[in-house]
This record gives sequence, structure tokens and C-alpha cells, in this order.
Amino acid sequence: MKYDVVVIGAGPAGMSAAIRLRKNGSSVVVIDEQPAPGGQIWRGVERNSGPMAEALGTDYREGAALVQAFRACGADYMPETQVWQIEEGWHLFLTSGGKARRIGARVVLLANGAQERPVPFPGWTLPGVMTVGAAQILLKSGGMLPQGDVWIAGAGPLPLLYATQLLGLEGRIAGFLDTSRKPGLAALTKLTGAWRDILGLLKGARWLRDLRKSGKMVRGFHDLRAGGDGRLQYLEWLSAGERRKVKADILLVHEGVVPRIHETMALGCAHEWNELQNYFTPQLDGWGETSKAGLFVAGDAGGIGGWLAATLSGEIAGLGITKHLDASFDAEGERHKAGLDKRLASARALRPFLDALYPPPMASIADEVIVCRCEEVTAAQIRSVAKVSAPDPNAVKAATRCGMGPCQGRQCGYTVQALVAEAHGIPPRDVSFFNIRPPLKPVTLGEIAALGDLEDVS
Amino acid sequence: MTVLVNGVEIGAWNGETVASVLLRAPGAGRGSTVSRTPRLPYCQMGVCFECLVTVDGNASMQGCLVPVAPGMRIESQHGPREISK
Ligand SMILES: Cc1cc2nc3c(=O)[nH]c(=O)nc-3n(C[C@H](O)[C@H](O)[C@H](O)COP(=O)(O)OP(=O)(O)OC[C@H]3O[C@@H](n4cnc5c(N)ncnc54)[C@H](O)[C@@H]3O)c2cc1C
Ligand code: FES
Repeated sequence: MKYDVVVIGAGPAGMSAAIRLRKNGSSVVVIDEQPAPGGQIWRGVERNSGPMAEALGTDYREGAALVQAFRACGADYMPETQVWQIEEGWHLFLTSGGKARRIGARVVLLANGAQERPVPFPGWTLPGVMTVGAAQILLKSGGMLPQGDVWIAGAGPLPLLYATQLLGLEGRIAGFLDTSRKPGLAALTKLTGAWRDILGLLKGARWLRDLRKSGKMVRGFHDLRAGGDGRLQYLEWLSAGERRKVKADILLVHEGVVPRIHETMALGCAHEWNELQNYFTPQLDGWGETSKAGLFVAGDAGGIGGWLAATLSGEIAGLGITKHLDASFDAEGERHKAGLDKRLASARALRPFLDALYPPPMASIADEVIVCRCEEVTAAQIRSVAKVSAPDPNAVKAATRCGMGPCQGRQCGYTVQALVAEAHGIPPRDVSFFNIRPPLKPVTLGEIAALGDLEDVS
Repeated sequence: MTVLVNGVEIGAWNGETVASVLLRAPGAGRGSTVSRTPRLPYCQMGVCFECLVTVDGNASMQGCLVPVAPGMRIESQHGPREISK
């Protein structure tokens, strides 16, 4: 099968782009590894109603209309389908239900979003420790509330939003270890505009007060450790020179989100370094086109901007792609008519503030900490290789297997980069990322064998 | 609905994934590749691969991307991922 456009990701960006492209008459397929459309923010939006939808907030409920419009727009939609290889020209290899196949396209739009920034610390591999995003996904997709003594450690809008959602559903939080710098979480509650809901304005302020009163809001600590026999049982940290220890059943961590870059890295696109947030973004033109002609990026995958900015950049990419397919199309005129640039600027207005408020954690990682969860490589092992080799994460990979496991460096990539930079006394931006090679997700030999009879997609 | 985790029947909700069931099922953790220490799903969004599991005989599925279905057979995996099965 060959389409005009293949969109990867059915989140705010991918859905908006697909709707726009269908309006302009292109044939479109949208592929997503999740079972339903909505992306990260609107997971399960077609199923959640009543008190659950109420607790998830107005931004969440707003997704229902876009998902409905997407379902009706006439784009083909392939849920539970992973893209594991993209070849220039464009051919995409997919797996769904254990079967691999190949499709062709004139243009590819990556709307694959973001992931949480992995920040290793002692005990982060213990069962019972997971991310705030994971807990929120469990809430949205099965109504699961964490049980026992639940601690949250981290910074950024997501922990605040999740805590508000959880408390709204009568969930309980034993304590919050706030890793943000001054002015801290409280400043966020003063923000308005597009981020109003993310910040859970009034409710957020209330739970902050509640936590403070109960004495379980912890600030200005360091050296957080999770411990236990076979699973999380306690947390320890240093506060004013003293070691504190509390019982814990669940620890939810979060230190911001970073774009998913494996696809653009594997294709050799040019990337830029975001100095404030320490992550790479693919270099994009005003329409979201990468350094490879016919490959576009929209939404958080091109730089973290939140859901509203993602829908707008999806629409802009939709227009740019239409122009790419048909040079006579007046993309500029449409862009101006819809006021996309003005709306995008206002959606992004608070981003510099948030980026400055929540800098990536800079604390040095203790030697014994596992950095690569897949191959169980410690910071000490990485440091010892980094010291005696070129400032290149690939040297560390070759010597330690760090980044060679099934996640292919999605968890350890930036940490290895930072450790290499530390060992050589240079800034992280001067150190490259791992070389990413296909397949983007592990594929079984069975899946590859099933490809045998390739459809003609040229 | 119910599903089978390592042969033991356990309740599951419509809409949740295999990885979410693994968090509730006693002893359902994966053994890590090198030291064989227990692991449970970490990210629930397809990027950590801590949820690799055998589902209805298919090895190394990402449990957080597979919605549960009635009677599904879920088995923990230990040690290195098997490439072909
Ligand atoms: C865990 C998490 C939770 C978040 N929760 C919120 C929230 O509650 N409120 C909020 O305002 N913002 C939230 N955000 C921020 C959020 O990323 C943006 O607001 C918004 O969802 C970005 O939209 P997007 O379309 O760019 O990407 P996303 O919404 O992330 O959508 C990307 C889609 O691409 C799919 N995908 C990625 N790679 C592949 C592949 N190789 N093959 C197939 N499919 C693929 C994913 O399954 C996903 O559905 C969250 C972010 C994360 C990481
Ligand atoms: S839980 Fe992280 S990939 Fe499934």
C-alpha cells in the first residue's frame, strides 16, 4: 500500500495534521503503538467519563472533540502498530499483532511526541519505583490508584497535575520530595493561560497547603535513595546534614520530558542542542520539515511545547506537507487565514518560563548507580571507559554494552552523554548522542521472515 | 474479565494493559538480563522495555502496549531476551 502521507503518532499533533491533510485531499495513514487515539495527554479519552473524566481536568476532556474529528476525517488508522524502520524514499516497516509489513509514502510526518527524562539514582530499578507519567497512564487507562505509602519525587508540571488528579479521586500521597529550585512549585499556581489546567491552579494550591500542613512536603534535600529487599520498602535522603528514612511502597519520579529523537537520529537528520533543557531536537524549517526532504516533525517530538502547541504545529505541518505534494497550494495564505502563528506564539508563551524554572537535574550520579537499566551498567563503569577514550558515547557503548539492550539507549542516552562530558571536562552539547541504527524497536526473526513476500510499494 | 499470569487467574479491567496487570500480580516481575534481579514496568509508555513478557506464547512483547483480553496467558520472562521463538 502506498499513501501520500504516513503520520507516526495519533496524539494532538498527529491527529491535527491528519485532519488538515484530509481536508486538502491527501491519502493519509496514521500509525500508533497505543490501542486508541489521543497520545500521552488524551489516553483513554474515548472511554473515561463521569468522576474519572472530571478528575482528569478540562484540558483532558477537550481531547474528546479532536479524537472524534480524527476518527471521522477519513484517514486510515493503524493502532497497536509499531514503526521499527524508516527508509528514505519513503518506506516504513511496521509490526502489528506479531506480523511485519511494509508500506510506502511520499511524505512522512513524525508526531511521535516525548518521553520522560530518565534520571538515575540509587534504587531506581527496584520494583515499586516508576515514573509519574506511568502512574498517570495507569490512572487514565484502567483507573488504577497507587496503594500504600505513595511518595512523589521530582519537579515540573506533570507531578503537580498528577497529584491533583489523584487527590481528586480520593487517592492518597504520603509525601512529596520537591526537587525544583526556588521559587518552587508554588510559583506555578500563579500562572494562567494555556497552562491553567496543567497547573491545576486552585486545586493544586490546596493540595500543596495540605501537604505542607501534614509536614510531608520535603524541600532542599539531596542524595535520594530507594531501598528494599527485592522491592521498594523505604526512602532515604540527606536534609540539613541529617539522614532521613521513611517507609515507602511506591515512589513516582519525574524530571521533565524530552523529545523522542530515535527516528530522526537513525535517519541522520541534523539536530540542535537545547541549552536550557539539555536535549536534542531535530532541526526544522518553518513548516516542520527536517534536513531530509519529505520528512516532517510536529508536536513535542520537535521540542517540548505542550498539547496546544502540538495541535497547532500539526496543522502547520499539514499545510507544509500539502505544499510539498502540490507546489501550487497556497500554504502561506492558509496559515495566515487560520492565525496559526499568533496562536502558536501564545501557546508557547510560558515555555521559556517553565524551562528556566525547571532546569534539568545537574547532581552528579554516584558511582554505584545503574545507568543502563537493560545491560546493568553502572556510572563507575561508564566513567572508567570515558576517561580513557575519545569523548564519544559510542566508545562507551562498544566497551560496556551500555545502550545496546532492547531500549537502545532511550533510558541511558543522555546520562552517558553527561558522564562523558564530565570525564572530559567539556559541556554536554559538545558530546554527540549514541549512533542510532534500525531496527528502532527490537524485531523477532519470525516477524522479519513474515515480510518474505514484499508488496510493491514503489 | 480474568487473565492468567504464570498460570494463576487474576482479575483485569477493560482498558488496562498487560503491564498494568503485572504490577498487581504477585511475583510477576521480570528477571533482569545480567543479575537476574526482579524488575517491574517502569514507564508504561513504550520506552523502558522493563515490561517485556510472553503473551499467548509470543515472547518479548512490550506489555504496556498490549491491552488485556479475557483469558489471555501472560508469562514472566527471565534473563536475556530471546530473539526468535
Ligand atoms: C508520560 C507523559 C504524560 C503526559 N501527560 C500530560 C498531561 O496529562 N497533560 C498535558 O498537558 N501534557 C502531558 N504530557 C505532555 C505531552 O507530551 C504533550 O502535551 C502532548 O501530548 C504532545 O502531543 P504530541 O502529539 O506531540 O505527542 P504525544 O501525545 O506524545 O503522541 C505521540 C504518539 O506517538 C506514538 N508513537 C511514538 N513512537 C511510535 C512508534 N515508533 N510507532 C508507533 N507509534 C509511536 C505514541 O504511542 C503516542 O501516542 C505528557 C507527556 C508524557 C511523556
Ligand atoms: S513499561 Fe516501559 S516499555 Fe513498557
